[in-house]
Amino acid sequence: MKVNLKIKRFDPERDARPHWKQYTVEVEPTDRVLDALHEVKWNQDGTLALRRSCAHGICGSDAMRINGRNMLACKVLIKNIAKEGDTITIEPILGLPVLKDLIVDMEPFFAHYRAVMPYLVNDDPLPPDGRERLQSPEDRARYDDTTKCILCAACTTSCPSFWARGEYVGPAAIVQAHRFIFDSRDQATQQRLEILSAPDGVWRCRTAFNCTEACPRGIQVTKAIGEVKEALRTGVVR
Amino acid sequence: MFHYHQFDALVVGAGGAGLMAALHASKSVNTAVISKLYPTRSHTGTAQGGISAALGNLEEDHWEWHAYDTIKGGDFLCDQDAVDIMCREAIDAVIELEHMGLPFDRTPDGKISQRRFGGHTNNLTKKPVMRACHAADRTGHMILQTLYQNCIKNNVRFFDEFQVIDVLIENGRCDGVVAVQLATGDIHVFHSKATLIATGGFGKMWKVTSNAHSLTGDLPAAVLRRGLPLEDMEFFQFHPTGVYKLGILLSEAARGEGAVFINGKGERFMARYMPTLKDLAPRDICSRCIYQEIREGRGVDGKDYVYLDFRPEVINRYFEEDGNPKRIDAHYLETRLPDIIEFARVYQGIDPIKEPVPIQPTAHYAMGGIPTDNDGRVLADETGRVIEGLYAAGEVACVSVHGANRLGTNSLVDLVVFGRRGGKHMAEYCKQAAFRPINKDSAAKDGAAQLDRVRNSNGDERPSTIRKEMQAMMDDNVGVYRTGSGLEEALDKIHELQARYKRIRVEDKGYKWNTDLMEAWELGALLDLAEVTTFAALARTESRGSHYREDYPQRDDANFLKHSLVWKNGSLTVKYKPVRITRIPPQERKY
Repeated sequence: MKVNLKIKRFDPERDARPHWKQYTVEVEPTDRVLDALHEVKWNQDGTLALRRSCAHGICGSDAMRINGRNMLACKVLIKNIAKEGDTITIEPILGLPVLKDLIVDMEPFFAHYRAVMPYLVNDDPLPPDGRERLQSPEDRARYDDTTKCILCAACTTSCPSFWARGEYVGPAAIVQAHRFIFDSRDQATQQRLEILSAPDGVWRCRTAFNCTEACPRGIQVTKAIGEVKEALRTGVVR
Repeated sequence: MFHYHQFDALVVGAGGAGLMAALHASKSVNTAVISKLYPTRSHTGTAQGGISAALGNLEEDHWEWHAYDTIKGGDFLCDQDAVDIMCREAIDAVIELEHMGLPFDRTPDGKISQRRFGGHTNNLTKKPVMRACHAADRTGHMILQTLYQNCIKNNVRFFDEFQVIDVLIENGRCDGVVAVQLATGDIHVFHSKATLIATGGFGKMWKVTSNAHSLTGDLPAAVLRRGLPLEDMEFFQFHPTGVYKLGILLSEAARGEGAVFINGKGERFMARYMPTLKDLAPRDICSRCIYQEIREGRGVDGKDYVYLDFRPEVINRYFEEDGNPKRIDAHYLETRLPDIIEFARVYQGIDPIKEPVPIQPTAHYAMGGIPTDNDGRVLADETGRVIEGLYAAGEVACVSVHGANRLGTNSLVDLVVFGRRGGKHMAEYCKQAAFRPINKDSAAKDGAAQLDRVRNSNGDERPSTIRKEMQAMMDDNVGVYRTGSGLEEALDKIHELQARYKRIRVEDKGYKWNTDLMEAWELGALLDLAEVTTFAALARTESRGSHYREDYPQRDDANFLKHSLVWKNGSLTVKYKPVRITRIPPQERKY
């Protein structure tokens, strides 16, 4: 089938500002949007720049705004968003500086990630038998959902609060904090909660649910944020 | 613009092996990690089913059993001392990952949960053993995340989205690398005492592959250009369960949980070929059996695929047939295999809980690569001469622990064990070594000139066309089944493509984020590795593990119980070195 791709282009070495460019491509209905972008890049216009790697929704490289919604280009099939002759609009994710075409500067996003202590803290002596720390299946299940995060930034860059204020840590960083706050092995809960109670922490969330809709991993992001807020409100982590 | 950096230790590649090495090296020496991706994009993250270690959490197990299975799985081409190290240290490495925070699934008593995987057995009963430690079917994702988290905790220095284009190897020693910063196009010279290459696989030379677009073998191609050999390149694993046409991997964990292969006649055909292990036979064998069924007309609808069936009622029926008291339901599968169930739903529009899934073998894993010793030190020739200051670990390296065919889960074992060993050894080396002066200007200028040659190319060939033709040829002639004439044809074709590659056209002439240029650069690397792979496959006139020659269908220990080393200095040359056999004499491989 034929579809049109309307792509927001920006070359920092040539363009003063971004502009739209349209391409017509022949694709299979079951092709991914990434395949259509490759069709452009490989057969029509080699200058198109995008990030991609695994091409099946795990590495988190190719989050972009497709028909106005954040998606991974490798995880949405053409037939699910377009019919013969339709135009698919593709632009970079919002709220981060555009470097070239569909590539944005991820550094502010990763800075927020690093700020929430995204690692296990446990200073107890290791088990004397040299084996693993024990954790019940129930305790393990408590934070399962937020371990799925691939740091693609689809959630954070769909969040109106983040668009309004880039200093807001954003949903992805809160998801990462949640993964440790609710891990029974971790001991830095209070420090993380303190970080997230700062003015640009969790309270900037206005429960718009965009993050949950955008998450390509199906994480209940708004719910996780709500659980962190609840822990802050009550002082109890459960 | 040129930039210059100096670090005691450099790690190139930020997957499991690179991050493990960086964590350990950075404890005592000034270390930097360079990756063409953000570290969390690395392909380790797509590993699904598990990481094996003989923890014995659910049933009796021993590292010696793990080692035996690995050696037999590798069709006796593994260096057995290295395998012993890997399987013994796997236990401690998995525990270390748990201590770092890895969220393994748990047994009812809170230990790390384990599941069955292909080729992993109880050596006494010969039946499958629960050895693969797992976190749902995203074990690799959790390993990558956990290692990256710990790197942040320990302030490891990263150069993200820097692509290495050359390795400074001269007079038997490595003094660093030259890289291009993708965001700016600037050339950076990294001067080091020691460099560890951990850039993973290079499966993009095939069309149907589980490999990421970024797996293009830039570094093995660079060391090849610097006059070093690559080892056992003829051994490339084709994983039996790729999503039909796309090649996306559906983990062997599905079969570990009870899924079976079904042919067009509705038969569970693996029981016919491998009566004991059946669907949990090693990957090389399963892939060949699938093609055998297809060739004999028993593909689904006469086509070139079979089914992977993991409908609960099918799994339970075969559990009953096999005398396994276990029974499972849809909820169990959704919990244990959520990602691969989603892959089938998203990419094939098939619900595996209700329908069988069309699959075909997919190019998956390089057993071969840059030859190293057991501490990750890169070896220059068949005598074992060490290149001072150069290390490699993980898929890009060939220790060799996987021999002619890797067992499932052992890639993750390899990268944590040998990433750690390489990182530690590198740190010790750096403490006693001195920086050797380098000519940083000429290194930078030479790197820039190499890139500019490609950037300024204005020929009439599209790189994408050459890549497509290479991939089709590799699928057809250098796949699961190989013949001498097919390999010769492939080699001729690759030489033709290499000639045409000299006449390519790169459209993007800019410096910032020039992905057009970098894709063309990567194609050059893939062509060189395809050439070496095909050449080594042509030279090995026997069948062993993943390398199956229809014109030489038998394993030939008298002539080929040895590792190949291929050099590309102008023309290609192959030499061989013996396999280190310590405990387990080669025997017929039956399951």
